[in-house]
Amino acid sequence: MPIKRGVSLYSFQNETFQGKMTLEDCIRTCAEMGANGIEVIGEQTFWGWPEVGVDDAEIANWHQLIAKYDCVPVSHDFMLDYKRYKGREMPFAEQVASVKKDIDFGARLGMKYIRALVSIAPEVLVAAAPYAEEKGIKILIEVHAPLHFDHPWIIRHAECFEKSGSDALGFLPDMGMFLHAFPPVWKEKFMRIGVPQNIADYIVKAYEDRVLSEYVILNVQQMGGVGPAIAMAETLRHNAAFEPKRMLDYMPRIHNIHGKFYEMASDSTGSYVEPSIPYDKIVAVLQQGGYDGYICSEYEGNRWIEDKEEPDSVEQVRRQQVMLANLLGEPTPQLRAAA
Amino acid sequence: MMDNKMIVEGSLESSELGFAFYGRLPYYRGLGLSMVEDIVVTVDGEPVAREDIRFHVRGKTYTLDQMETVYDDRWNFGEKAKIIAMKPGGLPAGDHKIEFAVRMRVSYLPFVPTTKDTKVLALAA
Repeated sequence: MPIKRGVSLYSFQNETFQGKMTLEDCIRTCAEMGANGIEVIGEQTFWGWPEVGVDDAEIANWHQLIAKYDCVPVSHDFMLDYKRYKGREMPFAEQVASVKKDIDFGARLGMKYIRALVSIAPEVLVAAAPYAEEKGIKILIEVHAPLHFDHPWIIRHAECFEKSGSDALGFLPDMGMFLHAFPPVWKEKFMRIGVPQNIADYIVKAYEDRVLSEYVILNVQQMGGVGPAIAMAETLRHNAAFEPKRMLDYMPRIHNIHGKFYEMASDSTGSYVEPSIPYDKIVAVLQQGGYDGYICSEYEGNRWIEDKEEPDSVEQVRRQQVMLANLLGEPTPQLRAAA
Repeated sequence: MMDNKMIVEGSLESSELGFAFYGRLPYYRGLGLSMVEDIVVTVDGEPVAREDIRFHVRGKTYTLDQMETVYDDRWNFGEKAKIIAMKPGGLPAGDHKIEFAVRMRVSYLPFVPTTKDTKVLALAA
């Protein structure tokens, strides 16, 4: 089965936050792009979740919209606020109960997957796995920068998953971990808040040369960098150019992909590209590994440009979907032209 | 994120008891009220004491100390909460510079973020 295209409604956060797009606008927009897989952060899309709860009428409306636009529910991304109580961590049994509540919510929404944040302990997920199996849901831990598939924390998750024997546990890699170049929108933002040109240029070049983050930070200090310049250098602690092929060992447990991107630009031929994330290599690796799930767009450039312009999240997602369709060998979808 | 959208434009009001404006949580999701660690308001450079701040959403009003143990209510994504400052006499008509900061306890973050917004809001006579 071919790889399918979807969108995380996280991508439209700038518009939904301000009430400029409704849930129906979001789902219709995805459908128009031929991206029929819909992923949500439950508590972003549904007011009340999890502390207050969500009425059945809201859930019925969701299913009605999914049917109306011929879409497919993919994943409910849950949070598990284990720091809910000031000064003490949520006890283990309560964390497991909280995950079960999100399994139920995912099932109500017709999702196949729920996304766990990477900081959650593997034992919590293993304890919730039998319940997930009962409900036909898989719990996927999001492998997100600065973590990656060779990090001991992720290896520990993988070992716990194997030992559990449950196929209801898996991974959801975020493509931001394959950050092969320093994103231009990051550089521009840091320069707007005061990073001098020479330091910004140095950091971009050092990233390209794969210099260890700690050396870059020291060099920036010695160049006279302060405040925002140090902050720009410190992004190298949290981001790196890991290799997409590292996903291959884990393919049997990879069931959803976050198509993270910061900006869709045009290359010299007029094709859309993400300047910092190598989607051509990523798609090739996923195809080699026999991946047949969704790649869900996750636009995160909004927060890097909102200080200077109103983000146009729909146009950014549209461009990424055109790129993905091309990389997947689909005919360029009949996408709505840029407004 | 959403820093510049925290204070809702045109929302300043005043009464004999104090003043209020609408504020939004600068975050891509909502948050249970127990995880809102602090809300700081200043008006024209003058800070409002923590105990004089009230948070009002969907018909319920909380002090910041009360919010620390509220586990059954939320500040939803994009939701406009009324931020009330108890200040006898309120504010005079005219422009007022409002600063609004929120500190959040976010489980997965290795730090405790504070996000702020500053806007000049007009108060009608």
